[in-house]
Amino acid sequence: METIKIKDLDTGYKGKSKTHVITRGINASIDSGELTCLLGANGAGKSTLLHTLSGFLPKISGTIKIMDKEIADYSERSLAKVISVVLTEKCALRNMKVTEMVGLGRSPYTGFWGTLDNEDKKIVDDAIDCIGINELKDRMMHTLSDGEKQKVMIAKALAQETPVIFLDEPTAFLDYPSKVEMMQLLHRLSREKDKTIFMSTHDLELALQIADKVWMIDRDNGITIGTPEDLSLNGTLSRYFSRKGIVFDQNTGLYKIDNEYTRQMRLSGHGQKYSMVRKALQRNGIMAGRDMQSQEYIETGDLTTDRYVFHAADGGTCHASSIEQLLGIIKDYYKDI
Amino acid sequence: MNKDKIPVWSLMLALVLLIAVLFSANLLLGSVSIPLNEVINICIGNESDNRIWTNIVLKSRMPQAITALTAGAGLAVSGLLMQTVFRNPLADPSVLGVSSGASMGVAFVVLLSGSLGGVALSSLGIIGELALTVASIAGALAVMALIAFVSQKVRGNVTLLIMGVMIGYIANAIIGVLKFFSVEEDIKAYVIWGLGSFSRVSGNQIMPFVCTMAVLLPLSFLLVKTLNLLLLGDSYARNLGLNLKRARLLVISCSGALVAIVTAYCGPIAFLGLAVPHLCKGLFRTSDHKVLMPASLLVGAAMALTCNIIARMPGFEGALPVNSVTALIGAPVVMSVIFKKNKGDANE
Repeated sequence: METIKIKDLDTGYKGKSKTHVITRGINASIDSGELTCLLGANGAGKSTLLHTLSGFLPKISGTIKIMDKEIADYSERSLAKVISVVLTEKCALRNMKVTEMVGLGRSPYTGFWGTLDNEDKKIVDDAIDCIGINELKDRMMHTLSDGEKQKVMIAKALAQETPVIFLDEPTAFLDYPSKVEMMQLLHRLSREKDKTIFMSTHDLELALQIADKVWMIDRDNGITIGTPEDLSLNGTLSRYFSRKGIVFDQNTGLYKIDNEYTRQMRLSGHGQKYSMVRKALQRNGIMAGRDMQSQEYIETGDLTTDRYVFHAADGGTCHASSIEQLLGIIKDYYKDI
Repeated sequence: MNKDKIPVWSLMLALVLLIAVLFSANLLLGSVSIPLNEVINICIGNESDNRIWTNIVLKSRMPQAITALTAGAGLAVSGLLMQTVFRNPLADPSVLGVSSGASMGVAFVVLLSGSLGGVALSSLGIIGELALTVASIAGALAVMALIAFVSQKVRGNVTLLIMGVMIGYIANAIIGVLKFFSVEEDIKAYVIWGLGSFSRVSGNQIMPFVCTMAVLLPLSFLLVKTLNLLLLGDSYARNLGLNLKRARLLVISCSGALVAIVTAYCGPIAFLGLAVPHLCKGLFRTSDHKVLMPASLLVGAAMALTCNIIARMPGFEGALPVNSVTALIGAPVVMSVIFKKNKGDANE
């Protein structure tokens, strides 16, 4: 279901004398039950867009409809029941228990004193359970790691019971396994609870693997939206980081680092050993492969053979028992020439 | 949850008892020694044989104790409000320049009356006292109104904090200029006012003072939910449905009004507002204002009563300035609590 509909949206900052527009003319919609990732370089306007959609920043022009109602028409309290956020700003909360923190997510529903009734408490427990942080329940917020804090804030967002959850770089500050876990958690939430989850991130590879939809934001091309697969096929992804040093590998659908090649080398062989030798040579500035043209060539063999054979241009051969040795041989060979 | 609730309530109860004990001690101790049974006698309304004793207890010690209790509670709650709204552990009631505003009001009256009117205010008695109170409230409220106005215009807390500090500097500069052109006696009167005292509130003035505080303190209790949300920072608080501008205005006004009234009656009393909230956070190990608010009120009252006893200890002729006592006694206490708390965290 379409929960957010954006038309001709310009975002940016309104100054006294002039308006600083950051992103222009966005037309898009975000669906429930899906994880949507917002990707873009630093300064492309990810945070500005996210803050505008959350209602923290006034929009410059256009419309943002959330659940069929213009965002500006919501009162603070009613918007709090529709959108919840998880932000990058770190709360320096001392002496606050995890349950209390998640309990604050119930604020839009609680009465004057903010006291939780039994139903609120159950919702808080369920949220904590759903995120899988039961063992943190009685811990103090300031004793948690960054990843744990992030999860508590997501539990808060769940306790807030909003159809829409916005997250500003929830995977920043996390180690790689935690990043994967976080993304999978968000993906699971979008499916299980039919939430509309929209997050910004710098973790391109993860986003391309886990996200249902990807928004690519860019100063020159504006915003391009689609499934990671479609964007890969239509060339958006390869155009996207058309900077030196990054190439998009159409075969794997992932980005890789583009080395500068100084020479080419023909390889023969199969399977894992072939690709590992190829990878090692690429790292050393040698474009290697079956279809390369060179006088020298390397026999990588396959898993049944136990050595690598380097054939020099003059017909001589050298044997190596590891890739490390092979690289040494090649280095010496080119040094002599 | 239930496991935690018992200590909270028992701690509160212990604090109330402590306040009762300290209050009695305030009535009992002083430079003139009055027997315990006589003090009790006087307090329950019986005439004592010694008229002087009756006067000392009812006209001096009783008002002083009540003033200390109320002022301490007010300053502590005000400090808690400031620390939460600015999310700054060093914020205290004086940080927004409200006490400087009060001082400026007083400086105008004290110093100008001598230089322009040719009368030393100190010679005017009751009218002079009243003039001081009014001037101080006027000065404090003027600064507070300015800050409240600014708080609606600027976005960041830090900006607002800097504005407050700057307004404080301006007020102090004006005071400096006034001092420069004043006669010596007036400057001394002003300096003495600046030292702070719980004994300045006399019998007639105590009712308005206590009544105003009795209105303002419960008002700040109504802000409990707002304060808990403000802890999370502006964006999260807003996302949870808080109207930030209104919240800031309410909290700052409440805090400012409390300081304005206390400063008007007792002079600028430093330290309590800064220290007590920290003490409470250490004691109760919570950031929930449903607990911190009453805790600050009670601990603030207890601290002020203790300081008042020490300031009046037999042997100190006259009385020590309250400002010095609060810092001398309070600072080590707070340091030890925070030190212990940090050690506790390291073990966790």
